[in-house]
Amino acid sequence: MHVTAVQTDGVFSILWLVIALPALGALVLLAGGKRTDKWGHWLGVATVAASFVLSLILFFALLGKDEGERQYTQHLWNWFSAGSYSVNIDLLYDPLSAVFLLLITGVGALIHVYSVGYMEHDERRRRFFGYLNLFVASMLVLVLAADYVGVFLGWEGVGLASYLLIGFWQHKPSAAAAAKKAFVINRVGDIGLSLGASLIFVTFGSTSFAVVSAHADKASGATLTAIGLLLLLAACGKSAQFPLQTWLLDAMEGPTPVSALIHAATMVTAGVYLIVRSNFIFSLTEDARTGVIIVGTITLLMGAVIGCAKDDIKKALAGSTMSQIGYMVLAAGLGPAGYAFAIFHLLTHGFFKANMFLGAGSVMHGMDDDVNMRHYGALRKAMPITFATFGIGYLAILGVPPFAGFWSKDKIIETAFGDNFLVGMCALIGAGVTAFYMTRLMLLTFGTTKRWEKGVHPHESPKVMTYPLIALAVLSAGGGLLLAGDWIVDWLTPVVGEHEEHHLAVGAVGMSLIALAVVAAGVAVAWFLVGKRPVPKEAPSKVSVFTRAARADLYGDAFNDEVIIKPGVVGIRGLATVDRSVVDGLVEGLAVALTAISATFRRVQNGLVRSYALTLLGGAALVLLTLLAVNFG
Amino acid sequence: MSVTPFIVLSAILFTIGCVGVLTRRNAIVVFMCVELMLNASNLALVTFSRANGNLDGQIAAFFVMVVAAAEVVVGLAIIMTIFRSRRSASVDDASLLKY
Amino acid sequence: MSDFPWLTVMLVVPFLGAVAMPLLPKSLSVENAKRFALSVAGVELVLGVIIGLKFHNDGGVQFTENHEWIKAFGAHYALGVEGLGLSLVLLTVILTPIVMLAGWNDGDEGRWSPRAFFAWMLALEALAVGVFSATDVFLFYVFFEATLIPIYFLVGGYGGPKRAKAAVKFLLYNLFGGLVMLAAVIGLYVESAKAGHPSYLISDLAKLDISTDVGRWLFLGFMVAFVVKAPLFPVHTWLPDTSESATPGTSVLLVSILDKIGSFGMVRFCLSLFPEASHWATPAVVVLAIISIIYGALMAIGEDDILRLIAYTSVSHFGFIVLGIFVLNSQGLQGSNLYMFNHGLSTAALFLVAGYLIKRHGSASIRDYAGVEKAAPLLAGFLLISGLAVLSLPGLSPFVSEFLVIVGAFVYSPWAGAFAVTGIVLAAIYVLLMYQRTMTGPLREDNATITDLNLREKVAVVPVLLLMIILGLFPKPLADMLNPSTDHSLSQVGAKDPAPTVSDSAEGSAQ
Repeated sequence: MHVTAVQTDGVFSILWLVIALPALGALVLLAGGKRTDKWGHWLGVATVAASFVLSLILFFALLGKDEGERQYTQHLWNWFSAGSYSVNIDLLYDPLSAVFLLLITGVGALIHVYSVGYMEHDERRRRFFGYLNLFVASMLVLVLAADYVGVFLGWEGVGLASYLLIGFWQHKPSAAAAAKKAFVINRVGDIGLSLGASLIFVTFGSTSFAVVSAHADKASGATLTAIGLLLLLAACGKSAQFPLQTWLLDAMEGPTPVSALIHAATMVTAGVYLIVRSNFIFSLTEDARTGVIIVGTITLLMGAVIGCAKDDIKKALAGSTMSQIGYMVLAAGLGPAGYAFAIFHLLTHGFFKANMFLGAGSVMHGMDDDVNMRHYGALRKAMPITFATFGIGYLAILGVPPFAGFWSKDKIIETAFGDNFLVGMCALIGAGVTAFYMTRLMLLTFGTTKRWEKGVHPHESPKVMTYPLIALAVLSAGGGLLLAGDWIVDWLTPVVGEHEEHHLAVGAVGMSLIALAVVAAGVAVAWFLVGKRPVPKEAPSKVSVFTRAARADLYGDAFNDEVIIKPGVVGIRGLATVDRSVVDGLVEGLAVALTAISATFRRVQNGLVRSYALTLLGGAALVLLTLLAVNFG
Repeated sequence: MSVTPFIVLSAILFTIGCVGVLTRRNAIVVFMCVELMLNASNLALVTFSRANGNLDGQIAAFFVMVVAAAEVVVGLAIIMTIFRSRRSASVDDASLLKY
Repeated sequence: MSDFPWLTVMLVVPFLGAVAMPLLPKSLSVENAKRFALSVAGVELVLGVIIGLKFHNDGGVQFTENHEWIKAFGAHYALGVEGLGLSLVLLTVILTPIVMLAGWNDGDEGRWSPRAFFAWMLALEALAVGVFSATDVFLFYVFFEATLIPIYFLVGGYGGPKRAKAAVKFLLYNLFGGLVMLAAVIGLYVESAKAGHPSYLISDLAKLDISTDVGRWLFLGFMVAFVVKAPLFPVHTWLPDTSESATPGTSVLLVSILDKIGSFGMVRFCLSLFPEASHWATPAVVVLAIISIIYGALMAIGEDDILRLIAYTSVSHFGFIVLGIFVLNSQGLQGSNLYMFNHGLSTAALFLVAGYLIKRHGSASIRDYAGVEKAAPLLAGFLLISGLAVLSLPGLSPFVSEFLVIVGAFVYSPWAGAFAVTGIVLAAIYVLLMYQRTMTGPLREDNATITDLNLREKVAVVPVLLLMIILGLFPKPLADMLNPSTDHSLSQVGAKDPAPTVSDSAEGSAQ
């Protein structure tokens, strides 16, 4: 749909403050040094909470407008310009950014509160909050920017915050390596965004959403497909989609609130945002959409399979995140039929996955930071609140009615079937596998028997941590209300265009029943394989090829190692040798050669007067002969 | 008057001097050979002066004599000094000024 | 005071300062002599700010002075700056005091006295101002060659164990380039004399009608010198060798300021004097620039010596700058013009902070460090910010320039854009790999004694970091200064931007 926004006025002119508050918080916390240690974390919470309040005000103001008028831009300043190309720092507030604002600041505020408790004993807590605030500010820039380059600013900002937070405990080499890996792989995705923006400029003479959306239909199909695929590459990097998925599992090295906020609820969904935001391009190019669907489908299955084999509770959840984002990308690739559901699932996933990650953090908090689920078991009594809230998240991700995930995931599966039977089947199978690994996770953690290490005394987390859990559990339970009366679909219509309905042979209810049956099957398999058998403390080593592959993240890292890193290292070493011996060698060699030549010729200078005299005579004779030859020749 | 005998004599003298410079080792003899060559050229200059009927050649010959005298002063002094320090007047022994 | 010779004053002040340094009374302590040098640089900075404020963005070449110098050659003592020249003059006057402050004690253990160290820096500042403001080719050439002298002594007198060899290598490379350029300068005289009145003024030379062949040869003469100076593959090897041996401060002056003479010269002389030849050479130069981008970055990834690593990153960045210049469109050229300033800042920050680290531990090898963040968090933070600037993170000033260059390259040819953009991934690898290996992980035992930054060191680097952040989000003051300069260069070279494929959309961008 066209972006034809009007300038902000009245209440909407506070839009910039939503970003400015957390940015200010980050500035104070990071530049303030030790002076802010005592109260810094509360400042971090306060700025994000204030942003949330502002977002609510803005949201209701937007709700009060007519459907056609729900787009506002705020011009802040001209960023840079060159020739006819000009990029402004403009904010675009429309229904899509409105829901993102609520998600980011709302879930963000809850996670900030939770972190006050979670990071209590970390001496660098202030810095943690500084980074978190930086993240929130960048993420807000990402979703509010009205220009692809503006999106890029937020895009890299969240990448930086993610880098800093994954590597927050950087004294651990694994954390530092994971942080670097995340950043570098994201940069590979950024190639897509840089080139995409360049191609957009070449095509439209501008990179602002307003111009591009107004003229997209005039561009050639091949150009649009190229733009779409480049943006897809960017999305793959940020959203950990195949083939750039490997960083997400390693990113779990970061503190758990980070995993919840950045690597579950918000940042990793930026790719989905980008695709949905660029609907004016994707709607016009079937080919690019097909690419999006393929990527989404592959990733949703990959993530689910990886999730099945992980004993690390956070990595199991990370696999699940990959898989769920795969669903969103798939939905986004379905075009006008799926945009709204992609965003809907993004929101509900934000609720229940943040909920479960924080729950996992709460479990780790009680288990002395042990992440191995084989050392858990029977925690439901020791941590009743965590268990209850986690359970709600579990039911939500499984898609059990009436919890949030049921409404959103069901819609995606349904739409996928409407588009293509094979894709629909993959989505359906993904749901079954999800049920399996989540049930396994629940059983290993809260069910079965105690397998605690010696000296571990699980206990419920403090209130500052459990209250956010309860809030998120409520959202996970009731998030489905957004779909009541197709509200979310209608709400997003001004952004993504009129919704297309597919009608299935089995009907919507029939589809839901089939999905539920598959989920039930997944749960049952998990119950018999995990719940009914004793759980060994060490992961069994004699396992099938498939399990081994899943444990190795389906060889994504191995592939990168063998195909990119190892040849790269050899190549760079070779290049260094070439630089020293050939490129520099040519010049240094010239100097050596000159020295050698002069060493030979200076031998003539032997100090014997008579030989000089002979040379003189020879020379004179030569001159004479030449003269004779010239004059009489 | 034919200039040929004078020029031939000059050439013979010059060649003797030249061969002497190239073949003899004793610095004094080399020196004398150099003088011989200078004087051979003087003879040629004077001959041409006479033949051409002007004084240019004679003037040049005077210059050569002055230079030769100056050379004797410096050259003999150097040879003497070298002889004193090394007990030898052979030009092959004094080959310190090399690469 | 419109006739006040601002640029001559800016030339003379540091020059007199440099001359005065050895003449100061012997009784003056070393510290006070250094303070004197710093205050001279401070005065120069104030002068720079004044002309920066007096400058009118749309006023073309300003602060002009013109006196006949050698009539027979048509050489003039002619100064004046437009946007690009002014930005580089400003860069010079900003960085010189910062380098002095950061390298306060770097001259203490040299071959000559610390006084001489500071005197050479001031001399260099004077010559750099001269080179960026000369509007006469002959005068430019004189300054161009003269800058080699202070750098030669700064490298050869105060640096690592291999400094003597490095200084000679630096000198030979640059002299070679300079001599080729001299031939072209003489060739210009011949052409100019042919047309009647010989004159070396750029404004006169630009009007000359030079035949295609001659123009190409002269272009090549200038280009060789500039390519050596702003090192591109394959004549870059002097830069890592020199940076390795020089003090970090010297490297800043060399890489951030003096190497810009190369890229500055390409815009100022190659494009404006030889438009036809510039078009002719574009494909070759673009290929060379792209090779440099990738080659420099790969070499940086494989490098163990921090200083050499930074030098190689500069080879990569100069690749970007030259690429932007020779794609001959306003995005690329504006990006390059911005890049010259921004690269000066980011590389200066990285060199100085890395220099702090090396000074503390006495080794430039990455292998000798691990987990320094624990011992010196502020140092680590500064290193990270500088590194992020070098990898062109959006929000820091180099991003805008690099992005514009990539867009410009893409406008020139999608392939050029696609190859150039790999530089951003490689940049992330070399910066973060270096940071990861030195700063993170468990603290090495012998690194535990590394202390955090002291006040002097902070005061020196913080302005650079702040400037990068401010110009990253709000580059308008700098961009407005450079925009007319970009347009002017492009009109001289006769290049027009291609219109967007989908027409009638340009006006929408103004919203």
